[in-house]
Amino acid sequence: MNQKNNIEEHWDLVIEGKSSLFDLKFADVWRYRDLLLMFVKRDFVSFYKQTILGPLWFFIQPIFTTIVFTFVFGNLAGISTDGLPQYLFYLAGITAWNYFSDCLTKTSTVFKDNANIFGKVYFPRLIMPLSIVVSNLVRFGVQFFLFLGMMAYFGLQGANFHITWAIALFPVLVLLMALLGLGLGLIITALTTKYRDLSFLVTFGVQLLMYGTTVIYPLSAAPEKYRKLIELNPMTGIIEAFRYAFLGKGYFTAWSLGYSAIFTLVITMLGIIIFNKTERSFVDTI
Amino acid sequence: MEKNIAIKVENLSKAYQLGQIGTGTISRDLERFWTTKIRGKEDPFLKIGQTNDRTVKGESDIVWSLKDINFEIEQGDAVGIIGRNGAGKSTLLKLLSRVTGPTTGKIKVKGRIASLLEVGTGFHPELTGRENIFLNGAILGMRKKEIERKFDEIVDFSGVERYIDTPVKRYSSGMYVRLAFAVAAHLESEILIVDEVLAVGDAEFQAKCLGKMGEVSKGEGRTVLFVSHNMSSIIKLCERSILLDQGFISDFDLTNKVIDKYQFDTHSLFSSKYIDKLTIEFNENFEISNSSFFVVISLKKQLEFNEKIIFNLKNEENVTIFRHEILGPINHNDKLIKIKVVNPRLMPGCFFIETFVTDIMNLQYLENRIQWNQFNVNYSVSDYLYNKKLMIVPQIDIEYL
Repeated sequence: MNQKNNIEEHWDLVIEGKSSLFDLKFADVWRYRDLLLMFVKRDFVSFYKQTILGPLWFFIQPIFTTIVFTFVFGNLAGISTDGLPQYLFYLAGITAWNYFSDCLTKTSTVFKDNANIFGKVYFPRLIMPLSIVVSNLVRFGVQFFLFLGMMAYFGLQGANFHITWAIALFPVLVLLMALLGLGLGLIITALTTKYRDLSFLVTFGVQLLMYGTTVIYPLSAAPEKYRKLIELNPMTGIIEAFRYAFLGKGYFTAWSLGYSAIFTLVITMLGIIIFNKTERSFVDTI
Repeated sequence: MEKNIAIKVENLSKAYQLGQIGTGTISRDLERFWTTKIRGKEDPFLKIGQTNDRTVKGESDIVWSLKDINFEIEQGDAVGIIGRNGAGKSTLLKLLSRVTGPTTGKIKVKGRIASLLEVGTGFHPELTGRENIFLNGAILGMRKKEIERKFDEIVDFSGVERYIDTPVKRYSSGMYVRLAFAVAAHLESEILIVDEVLAVGDAEFQAKCLGKMGEVSKGEGRTVLFVSHNMSSIIKLCERSILLDQGFISDFDLTNKVIDKYQFDTHSLFSSKYIDKLTIEFNENFEISNSSFFVVISLKKQLEFNEKIIFNLKNEENVTIFRHEILGPINHNDKLIKIKVVNPRLMPGCFFIETFVTDIMNLQYLENRIQWNQFNVNYSVSDYLYNKKLMIVPQIDIEYL
């Protein structure tokens, strides 16, 4: 009798209406890791096909932005770059900021963009935003090499910058940028399934946020009364650390990076929880 | 022998909200959150007891697409799910395939579920056939190694080997569907859920799909759940069927019995003041001939000048294949009318003849269907393909006996 009960009680899968908030299904995500790579590959192949310049597009955007920033903010406005070569200063900021903002804007439309596929087949939904983060990582890598190339060029010219030990933190910085973009994106995409107008906010919100981050100016040049506010922005700590690591200038302390790290981890957890909760029923509302 | 249950559904319900969802709901959302989550009371916006009937306007804007469904499916069974549009078939499939979560209740499953609510989900037009096989396979839950192992088999089944390295955007829609179904057909899951995917592709490929599905359920002992409006596919594939009606299970029995009940339910929807005017008879051997058949209608009362008889031939999906009208007035003496259809060119399947009397303006159209007769066409696919080349419009001869 006992044994019969055991057999009856064994189910591979129980689908229920309610589940714990903290049932994050990471095991499921791991099981579908091949799918994640497939999505990354799909993003790349579909991006290249029928473009003339192909991967060159990855370079064009940061190069032109750097040139424009150098002209407008460096030459016209005359904003300080902490004594660093202007091109290097802006390129460092843009490369790091682009990765964060790409992760954020692309994950913030995950539900809307994939409503069709999500409505037809089950896989752990988290795979989709994760694949976006990984796709963008490859793109970031390409742009990072551009930055390294520029560093080498200016280094040979004898420009005034130096690499510091903090370069060892580089993987941590990348991870933090990815997670912060992912976490915020997940929260926004979950909310946009119900409140559509949030998606408009994201597009220009990210642009505005860039000016609240130390991309076009160093923290040291920020007016004293706004400085605290800018420091509250978790991306500031990350970008300042990035510049400090590669160029030797920037406001970098254990506190500033620690604050960014804690902020990022909290946002990421919150994002995943909200995302998982929305995922169960969004098909009915979108 | 103990029964081995593969799927057990307990008190399953699903509520949908009608109309606008996004406007002015932050306050309602907060209220809902407050009562259900903080105070732990019942959701104030979920009124129980509304059935999902499209034709009747409900009081609340919440409808129950499924309400307290209970059933068990044994391992290795092929079960059909039928019902009118809006009966809850798709909702049930969505819940089973975890696309959306149930409002209340549980589904317990033994083994892996693969669901085909659509073929070719996630196909990317820019990718080649080969790349799409891997992508689609992964979306459906296959590991990369698994796909590699089955790759040749999949390509072989799809029959698009020549184009496997061409982007699928250059495929014809038929090739696209073949490739997509081929991937799905090679999933290694214990339970397969299929929704009307057979409605695509040509007759030959449809037959192949049905064959593959039969193989899956009977040969490999996998459990299959199959939703279709195509009664002949259901009869071929499924021993037992579930009939859904307005979110409830109306019947779960042997397929033939369930289909009889379904068709009876459908027909009893119509009533008429003209109900006594017509009866219909079939000639007995008309299943055999596909070059022509006839029905005899007997008119019980005189057909007035502002009335007419409509003769419709319909397929299972209730689509009229052809239609003929006989205008009044017809004298009561001509009460037997023979309608002969020459060269109907029907695909194998199940058909209905519908005749009814209506007024000349078709104002009474829906209320007046009174006669349905079902028949099956069983000749082979090749006959159909041959017939298709002869593009002759069916000819209808009317004779007053």
